[in-house]
Amino acid sequence: MDFELTYRRFSERSILVEWPQEIHEDILEDMLFYKNSILNFSDKSIVQVNSAYCSMLIIYESTIDNINDEFLSLKRHYLKRNITKKMKSKLFKIPVCYDEEFGLDLKAISEGKKIAISELIRQHSEPVYTVFFIGFLPGFLYLGGLNKGLHFPRKKCPRLQIKKGAVAIGGEQTGIYPNESPGGWNIIGNSPIALFLPKKKEPCFAKPGDQIKFIPISKTEYNAVAQKIEQGTYIIESEVIDG
Amino acid sequence: MVEVLKTGLYDTIQDLGRLASQEFGVPISGVMDRYSAALANSILGNPSNAAVIESVVMGPHLKFKSNTVICVSGAEMNVTLNAKRLKNNVMYSVNTGDVLKFNKLSNGCRSYLAVFGGFQTEVQMGSRSMYKDVTRNYILNTGDVISILDRSETKIVSKRRKSRLFSSIKSNQSHFEASELEVFRGPEFENLDSRQQNKLFNTAFLISKDSNRMAYQFDQNIENSLKGMITSVVLPGTVQLTPSGKLIVLMRDCQITGGYPRILQLTENAVNKLAQKISGSNITFKSII
Repeated sequence: MDFELTYRRFSERSILVEWPQEIHEDILEDMLFYKNSILNFSDKSIVQVNSAYCSMLIIYESTIDNINDEFLSLKRHYLKRNITKKMKSKLFKIPVCYDEEFGLDLKAISEGKKIAISELIRQHSEPVYTVFFIGFLPGFLYLGGLNKGLHFPRKKCPRLQIKKGAVAIGGEQTGIYPNESPGGWNIIGNSPIALFLPKKKEPCFAKPGDQIKFIPISKTEYNAVAQKIEQGTYIIESEVIDG
Repeated sequence: MVEVLKTGLYDTIQDLGRLASQEFGVPISGVMDRYSAALANSILGNPSNAAVIESVVMGPHLKFKSNTVICVSGAEMNVTLNAKRLKNNVMYSVNTGDVLKFNKLSNGCRSYLAVFGGFQTEVQMGSRSMYKDVTRNYILNTGDVISILDRSETKIVSKRRKSRLFSSIKSNQSHFEASELEVFRGPEFENLDSRQQNKLFNTAFLISKDSNRMAYQFDQNIENSLKGMITSVVLPGTVQLTPSGKLIVLMRDCQITGGYPRILQLTENAVNKLAQKISGSNITFKSII
């Protein structure tokens, strides 16, 4: 299926492409097909393609002189995109400790939502989340699929320091803080895994289109995983998904 | 080697930034004012991506432990070398033991110090630009020792210097003085009503003190009646309108996505010009379409 896309100049060197404005996995998939088509088949004038939920920014090496020619060329890439070849994606199992020591806002959400903490943890670790893009902080995964029952407004006054690995809920979204940072999301747990390793060729283990499942672990298990990570012997459990 | 004797307000190593790491959520970073940094590098015959020290409002005191050539461009910080006053945009020889001091700011906001071949700090994800959690440090600290190329490699340059070719260039003063910033209309511009649009182009915005490498902010507000939007892509130079009506101009260290309406987009030259404005100065936006 072809989406109705809009094209507009964003700056001297960039063009914004927009899909219908909604968060949907079909749009994500279409965007990834399109992005591949551009990166594989366009000439070297395109240096970078950045994407969010339903928009893509195409950045050129130099000023775009004839914008209409470029729109036409991009539209041809859209029609040529390969939608038959399913992209290989992976499901990653991410251990999360929902212990009260980490889950600073578990109680507040439990009271606000009138659900037991155990039920909150069950609802958070039940779904398979989809990675839409990486942004906000290096290695921060934007995940789709948070259970509606867990939607909870951001804190009015953001914390100045959120611990590395904090698992949190902000509005309709959930995510993991890859590093210590200020932030306004409600913290419900912590994951010992590394989300951003700048020295590695692939600094983030997941990419858009991949899936995430949170596996609840105890404090003892958390310490064991953290120790393995420190020794460099921990491998994130994952499986390849057939599209 | 160059030793940092005393840091300024916020000194960082910067090159042209990370152009291919946005898929990992890493900002582009790089020099705030590409025009001035390029000038300093070109005067020394450096590649345009050579790393420089960027200083804002107040620069560092540095002691050289190698011989090299240097050039300072951008803001006028009345730089001295062993108490001798240096001019901006001129190449100077520096010897081991020399002390370079940035002094009182008298024009612009950010200055760039280039050395022959660029500062040789760690390359992370294709760039030397300092950024938290990407490079080991995100600012220079007192006592830091930074690698630079040694004399043997700079001999070539001293020959060049004798020929006086390109050893100084006069910088364009309007780069620092012009208060008008050229802009494209942003993707959500049309959602503003005509009164808001007029106000945007007819207000002298006062740069607030909450302005840094990530974003510039202003004291005046534009009443915001726009609907919320789904997080989308942004670039340095994107002007966002927050729910409270604040205008935010994203700068080089900005995130790669944002959820506030994007009402304007600064041209690349306008980003460079804004980077030379200190808090308390006024700017206006001028549409180029």
